[in-house]
This record gives sequence, structure tokens and C-alpha cells, in this order.
Amino acid sequence: MKINDVILKTVAKAVVLVILTFGLYLFFSGHHTPGGGFIGGLVLASGFVLLFLSYDVETVSEGIPISFKKLSAVGVLISMSSALVPVFFGQPFLSQSFGYFDLPLLGKTELATVTIFEAGIALTVVGVVVNIILSISEGTK
Amino acid sequence: MMNNILIFPMLLPILAGIILIFFRTNRRLQIVVSLGAMIAVAVVSIYILHTIQTEGILRLDFGGWIPPFGILFVADSFAMILVVTTSIVTFICLLYAVIAAGKQMNTLYFHPAVLFLNAGVIGSFMTGDMFNLFVCFEVMLLSSYVLLTLGGSKRQLREAIKYVSINIVSSWFFLVALAYLYGSVGTLNMAHIAMRVAEDGQGPMLTTVSILFLIVFSLKAGLLLYFWLPGSYSTPPAVTSALFGALLTKVGIYALFRVFSLIFPHHPELTLSLIGFMAAITLIGGSLGAVSSNDIRKIAAYNVVIAVGFILVGLAISTPLAMEGSIYYLIHDMVVKALLFLVIGAMISLTGTSKIEEMSGIMKNYPLLGWSFFIAMLSLAGVPPFSGFIGKVLVSEGAIQNGNLVLLALALLSSLFVLYSLLRIFRNCFWGETIISKDEQLPLHKGILVPCLILVLLTAGIGLGGEGLAIYVTDAANTLLHPEIYIDAVFSNQQ
Repeated sequence: MKINDVILKTVAKAVVLVILTFGLYLFFSGHHTPGGGFIGGLVLASGFVLLFLSYDVETVSEGIPISFKKLSAVGVLISMSSALVPVFFGQPFLSQSFGYFDLPLLGKTELATVTIFEAGIALTVVGVVVNIILSISEGTK
Repeated sequence: MMNNILIFPMLLPILAGIILIFFRTNRRLQIVVSLGAMIAVAVVSIYILHTIQTEGILRLDFGGWIPPFGILFVADSFAMILVVTTSIVTFICLLYAVIAAGKQMNTLYFHPAVLFLNAGVIGSFMTGDMFNLFVCFEVMLLSSYVLLTLGGSKRQLREAIKYVSINIVSSWFFLVALAYLYGSVGTLNMAHIAMRVAEDGQGPMLTTVSILFLIVFSLKAGLLLYFWLPGSYSTPPAVTSALFGALLTKVGIYALFRVFSLIFPHHPELTLSLIGFMAAITLIGGSLGAVSSNDIRKIAAYNVVIAVGFILVGLAISTPLAMEGSIYYLIHDMVVKALLFLVIGAMISLTGTSKIEEMSGIMKNYPLLGWSFFIAMLSLAGVPPFSGFIGKVLVSEGAIQNGNLVLLALALLSSLFVLYSLLRIFRNCFWGETIISKDEQLPLHKGILVPCLILVLLTAGIGLGGEGLAIYVTDAANTLLHPEIYIDAVFSNQQ
């Protein structure tokens, strides 16, 4: 029997957009207020998990053709490389710096290298969480 | 002064591991990168160990945050000796994996898992922050779960469930202990904790917390709480067993040494007596297990337990001689346990069985393998000139000086049991009627013996050239017994 999940699918489409936006918001707000790469990553991952739940794995994988295993590796690579860069400038490992720039549209904006590090963490979290969920769903055959 | 070099022993395996995830199917690249990374780690850590002798303990404050506010790596001789040994032993085990294991093993995330395991082990040795120690433990444990289940045979999965559950429970205990510690002293920097505990005089609350840490690290090290160890160490492929036997328990032992010499040394009559008591029971239990088992992998795993008991006898006695003895024995045990597990792995793959009574006369077919086993046996029993001798003599001397005759007797008796358990394998499996005729003899891949022979040379080299290691070991024992050296190094504002 096929379950009628039109409502779930329709709601999911809208809700996923909200979740992903909220995840991004948390990610950027983490610089000065609660949030950050880990929390933002978890929320982003929950958006993907909702997609996998309401649609099937094949459909979503077609829409998002990335390997989540590799995504987490890319995340760790970004974090580690950004942590390593200061070493070449005679700073201790993991040093961060920031500056204020005048950007078009945004005006005076603070840009910090820690955002790159956090982006790596967010990608790792998304990759690992989605990968765990996908592995569990594979195992139930 | 900038000590960024301290990060590389941990960072190189991580970077190499990540790169290898992208090239999973490229066997040649997996081999070259992982072996190269381990050589680089060995070279860097030997350089650091050497620098410590002239410049004292080195530290690296991550992101320039001065302790106790940031996290940091601290490299003293004790930590670096273990890092050097770890990288060399891992290199040799990887070499064995490359030669002996099939293509499947070499392309199934085996190399990244070993590299991440190493990053966790090395990070645990070098970190100067309690919470960081927890994180590095977890990195190490997660990789060990992967390695333990890689291959996915029924037996492996059954043991993995036990191993994973026991480690999750002990990690939870670790976290609780950390919370209590942070709640009572308000800091996570090890040197800062040590200062605060000393100011407080280690009251009843802190002593209770120290017992909680003792339980956590005993579970990881296999001190008294070793019931999970023989099963999970004897199921995975030979290389994985060798890595586990050589490295994993040593991290728990390192944590016990660090915590009970640096942070909680103020009530030795309670903490050290308890460790001595646990070590004694471990020696007895391990010895009984080793002589009563008929599975050669189980016998080897029980030998790991005996060694844990022996090394902690040194901590329980805590005299300079005993400490040096324990450190020598730690180095020796990492090398020779790897050798033992690799030789046993080769025996099993040649005969297709792990039962003592089903093997006989292997010596006739594979003499070099037999003599490698023989040397591993002598070395483990503490026969000179091999590496086990120095450690056993120094720990025994320490026990005599301290008048701790019960521990002395048990430590020496356990050596006899080690010798007996391995002699049983040697007599039954290597001597006697040969069961494999010359025609049916499986060709022993010549390369398999290379890693074993390197380890044989290492154990002989450590035994004969112990004098060369003496300056490092003495310095390591000195720092352990005088925690103020460590604390001063962390709080000297050299940057």
C-alpha cells in the first residue's frame, strides 16, 4: 500500500528552506552570539535529513549529487589548512585574525579568518550526520 | 619562541588520512602516503625529543592564548619518548599490512583509520589540557572501532559490540570525572589543575575525583578492569591486533602516570597503594589467563594484560629507579608486543588455525619465523640482552629499595608465567612432528619476515644500546617525579 504523503512532501519543501536559512543564520551569528559551525552544521544536517525522510534516498541523491563521506573529509581539510596557515606567518598554530573592510552593499563589515575554520567544521558535521543516517537506512534491507 | 613544530606529530597523520579518503581505491598512493607520513612523524618527534634535552620542556599555545586560558601541547621527554616509539611501531605494522594483507584491506579505509588512530594516540601523549585529552581519546577510540570491525566477520562484530559499549561507558565516566574536576578546581589546564590541587592539599572531594579518573584510565589501560581485553584484541586481523596491543593500552597507562604524578600525587598512601593493589591482581589474573588458554591469540592478549600490571608496579612504587624501569618497559613492550602479534598472525595465516594443539613442527618449514618468536619470548620474559631486561631490573631494584616485597615477588613471578605461556606455544607449535609436508607447504611471503626482523633488531638494539636512551629516560622520570618542572614550563611566559 502506498502511503499518501503529499502533505508531508509539500510541507517539507517549505520547512527545509526555513531550516537551511536558520542553519546559515546560526552559523554566522556564532561569531559573537550563541551559534557557530557545530550548531549551524547540525541544523543544516537536520534539513537534509528531513529531505531524506520525506522523499526517498534516490530522489534526493539525484538532486544533491555530493558524497557526504567526502564532504566531511573536505570539511576537516578546510579546518586543518586554515589552522595551519598562521604557521607560515610566524604565528602559533590555530591563530586567527580579523579586519574591517568596506564592502559594496554591506558597508563596513568585519571579516575574520575564524569563519573559514568554522565553515570546515560545519561541513564536517553535515557530512558526518547525514552519513550516519544514510548508513542506518542502508542497513535495514 | 615559536614551537609550531609540536603540532606536526599529530597534524601530519590527520592531513595524510584526509587525503587518503579521497583516493580510496588507489592502493599505491595509500601505501606511499601513510608510510611517508609515519616516517615524517618519527623524524620530527626524534628532533623534538632531542631539543627538549637542551632547551627543557617545550610548549605550544594554540592560537597564542597564554595558559591557563587556551589549549596547548606540552612536550616533555616522557611524552616524546612514547610518540617516537608509537610512530616507529606504526610504521612497521603498516609495512606488514602492505605486504601481508590483501588488496581489500589496503583500499578499505584501513590506512586512514590507522593514521587517525595515531593522531589520537599522539595527541593524547602531547596535550596539556584535560579536556583535550578526552577529545584525543575519542579520536583514538573511534578509529579503533573502525579498525576492529573492518572485515566484518561475525566474531569481530560480536567482540566489537562489547568493546564499543565498554568504551562508551568509560568515556561517560571520563566526562563525569572531568565535570567534577572542573567544578572543584575551575580549570582544565593540567598544570593549572596541579597547582590548584596542591594549594588545596587534595581534600577528600578531590581524592574521590582522582579515584574516578583511576577507574576510567584503568578501563582503557586494562588495569584490573581488563575483562574486555582478551576478546577484542584477539579477533581482528594480525596487524590491527598488533597496533592495539602495542599502542592502545599504553595511552591509558600514560594517562595514569601523568595524572597520578602531576595532578594527584599528594596522598600516595591511598592512590598509589590502590594502584599497587590493582597492579598485583592484574599480574595474577593475566598470568592465570595466559597459562590456561589454548588459543595463541588469547595467550598473546593476556600477555598484554601482564605487561600493564608490570608497568604500573613501577608507578605504585614511584621511586626514580622504578619510574625509569617503567618507562624502559613501556618502550620495550610497544616494540615486542607488536612483534609477538605479527609473528602469531603469520603463524595463523600459515596453518589456518589458532589452537595450540592443532599446530606442530612449524620450525621445520619456517625456521626464521620460529626464531623470531623465540626472541620475542626471551625479550618478554626479560632475558638479557633483550629490551625487557633493563625495565625488569630497574623496577625490581626500585621495589627492593622501597621494601615492597609483595609487588616484587608478583612482578618476578609473572615473568615466569610469561615465559611458561610462550614456551608452551614454542614447544607445541614449533617443535614436534611437522604437520605440513614440504609439498603442501604454503609459500611464506618473504616480505612478511622483514617487519618482524626489524622488530627483532629493535628489541635487541634497545637491550644492548639502553645506555643511549638513558639520558632521555632519566629526564622523563625526573619530570614525572618533580611535577614542578612541568608546571614551571607551562607557566613560564616564553612567548
